[in-house]
Amino acid sequence: MADAKVIPFDEDRPRGGAPRTGRRKAPQGAPARPVTPLPGPAGPAAAEPSGPRPGTRAPDPPEAGWSGDGRGPASEAGDGGWERRIAGGLAFLRRRVTGAYEVDEFGFDEELTDQVLMSLLRPLFEKYFRVEVRGVENIPAEGGALVVANHSGTLPLDGLMMQVAVHDHHPAGRHLRLLAADLVFMLPVVSELARKAGHTLACAEDAERLLERGEVVGVMPEGFKGIGKPFGERYKLQRFGRGGFVSTALRAGVPIVPCSIVGAEEIYPMVGNAKTLARLLGFPYFPITPTFPWLGPLGALPLPTKWTIQFGEPIPTDGYAPEAAEDPMLMFNLTDQVREQIQHTLYKLLVRRRSVFF
Amino acid sequence: MSGPVPGTPVPDVPGPADVAEQHRPATVAATRVAGTERKALNVGRVVLVTGVARQLAGRFVRRVMRDPGVDRVVAVDAVTPEHPLGGAAFVRADIRQPAIGRVLAEHGVDTVVHMDVSATPPAGGGGRTAVKETNVIGTMQLLGACQKCPTVSRVVVRSSTGVYGSAPRDPAVFTETTPPKSLPSGGFAKDVAEVEGYVRGFARRRPDVAVCVLRFANILGPDADSPLAQYFSLPVLPTVLGYDPRLQFVHEDDVLDVLGIASSEPRRGTLNSGTFNIAGDGVLTLSQCARRLGRPTLPLLPPAVTWAGTALRTLGVSDFSPEQIRLLTHGRVVSTVQMRETLGFDPTHTTAETFADFVRHRGPGLLPPAALAAAVDGVAARFGDGVAARTARTVKRRGTAGTRSAG
Repeated sequence: MADAKVIPFDEDRPRGGAPRTGRRKAPQGAPARPVTPLPGPAGPAAAEPSGPRPGTRAPDPPEAGWSGDGRGPASEAGDGGWERRIAGGLAFLRRRVTGAYEVDEFGFDEELTDQVLMSLLRPLFEKYFRVEVRGVENIPAEGGALVVANHSGTLPLDGLMMQVAVHDHHPAGRHLRLLAADLVFMLPVVSELARKAGHTLACAEDAERLLERGEVVGVMPEGFKGIGKPFGERYKLQRFGRGGFVSTALRAGVPIVPCSIVGAEEIYPMVGNAKTLARLLGFPYFPITPTFPWLGPLGALPLPTKWTIQFGEPIPTDGYAPEAAEDPMLMFNLTDQVREQIQHTLYKLLVRRRSVFF
Repeated sequence: MSGPVPGTPVPDVPGPADVAEQHRPATVAATRVAGTERKALNVGRVVLVTGVARQLAGRFVRRVMRDPGVDRVVAVDAVTPEHPLGGAAFVRADIRQPAIGRVLAEHGVDTVVHMDVSATPPAGGGGRTAVKETNVIGTMQLLGACQKCPTVSRVVVRSSTGVYGSAPRDPAVFTETTPPKSLPSGGFAKDVAEVEGYVRGFARRRPDVAVCVLRFANILGPDADSPLAQYFSLPVLPTVLGYDPRLQFVHEDDVLDVLGIASSEPRRGTLNSGTFNIAGDGVLTLSQCARRLGRPTLPLLPPAVTWAGTALRTLGVSDFSPEQIRLLTHGRVVSTVQMRETLGFDPTHTTAETFADFVRHRGPGLLPPAALAAAVDGVAARFGDGVAARTARTVKRRGTAGTRSAG
């Protein structure tokens, strides 16, 4: 039971085959084309070449989102893409300035996330880290699921990239609701953006509430132990908290989707930890990298590593009796199973990786 | 769960004839059964309402007067209300004094609705000290009097979701059982926490009395005088830089409805004793509120917000207390599942509708949403008719509240 299963690697994608163009292939085999730049006032000119191919546009979130009416613009795409874009942009602006948008009880602003926050992260995801997403279909198209991932990289960019991966690549266009440390909600600006992006505090109450609503929840049980570990320990999973995520998933009866992220470990190689300074600032650690804080703000630039995010096969939890969530041994076993599975996949992905940067 | 057999009168209940035969149910099941029996007896109830000099309590008194099951309403406050009480017997009494016990006994009160728990000073004036005295000492005295008064069978206490506080370590949604991460250090939130403590003590000592604590979210309405309503009346809203709190509102009409439910016999299948969060559906962020209200915001760094708050408080413009600033930093959202499923109450106004109603009564601010919307439409028109029409269509499709608030 506790043994990790070996996940068959992605069937449909040839190994190492043209990573730069192949990863955003449209489902219907549409020709690969350059990614459209950030939508905005400059949009019309850039959109011109893609205008006459309405069929291929649907899976492309930036455009579909910007059109203002979701993902089905094929019927309207015929009469001038630019007009639609300007109208969409203005309608968005009009709703924002009049406050006529909705947020959920966690403060998740879906419209802002779809149209602004994801657009801001997308260049980082596509151009900078060139993230390859595998097995995203392991996240169910509907209903709750708990995505459990490894955590690394000094700054929680891996969580954000995982969110973009689910948002842009999942066929059902699901939103990943991340559980974040309380530090996130203490910091100004960060807390505001985190709530708007749909993140909430990593506690059992919030996680259960989200799962009951049928959301996909993302959690990184290693927490600060994982993200703040020294460079020498990269890709060695830390303890998975106290396994609270397993009992939450069991209570909600949702599958656990293990997720392995390769590439985030090397973005800020943490060679030292200024513990006194960290305590002074109230942070759990203060990273010292070969470039930070020596080069100042420039040193805070992450290294452009090549990332892979692999979603593993879901582990069902609905077969257990309701009282199983109270059984510590079962919790430990399941926690270990999830951890092993992530660790094995990490090793496999590392073996397969050609270089850190390509 | 065990208790007295439904329908068994509690022996040690002397008092006026019309209330002596009423039953004192102590359990859930007993309450439900007794409710129907009571209707058959059809004795008029005697309701005592405190804090009637305030608009909301005054409205509640007038409303209870219209209830056919109510015989008499005794309205109590330390100051004479300026608004009519619809024929209720007004008794000028300070609930901080033991005299309130005599009022209870004299009128043979069986239902006490304690509304005199408020964050703002009463109409007669007085500072924070007077407010705290009334909230805490007043509640103590009133509950002490209720404990001694055998006719009292139901106590409803107005509380606030302020008891939960606002902290970054709190879960996003509070349920009635969520313990606060840290006890409030002062201000109205501390008053409410103490009031609830006394109410719990009272409920323990008088298990025969049905006690209902209603934790209201921010109450808004045409004549709301809550600190948040005062805040939203400022021409420019000072906010805490880098935070956009989630807020929940409850409409005054819903407050009256739920008080009506809590102060009468529970309907079949519901239970109206216990603690309940009362809030409208949905959530608005502060930035959304400011935009819908049409008032510009002024983001300030945390220390500057405290200074601004002190300045405003000194000027008497608004009660911008530290707990208010915490609310405007981290926000607060409560779960209303118990309200719906146990209390059986469905608010008629959502949070957004409550706020829209409030906006209608306050009039437009410096940046009315309608003007901003018109400006955007103007830009759309300059791109040509096609863009303008499409923009209008898109707005209509997506925005539900938008068309209403933007006119």
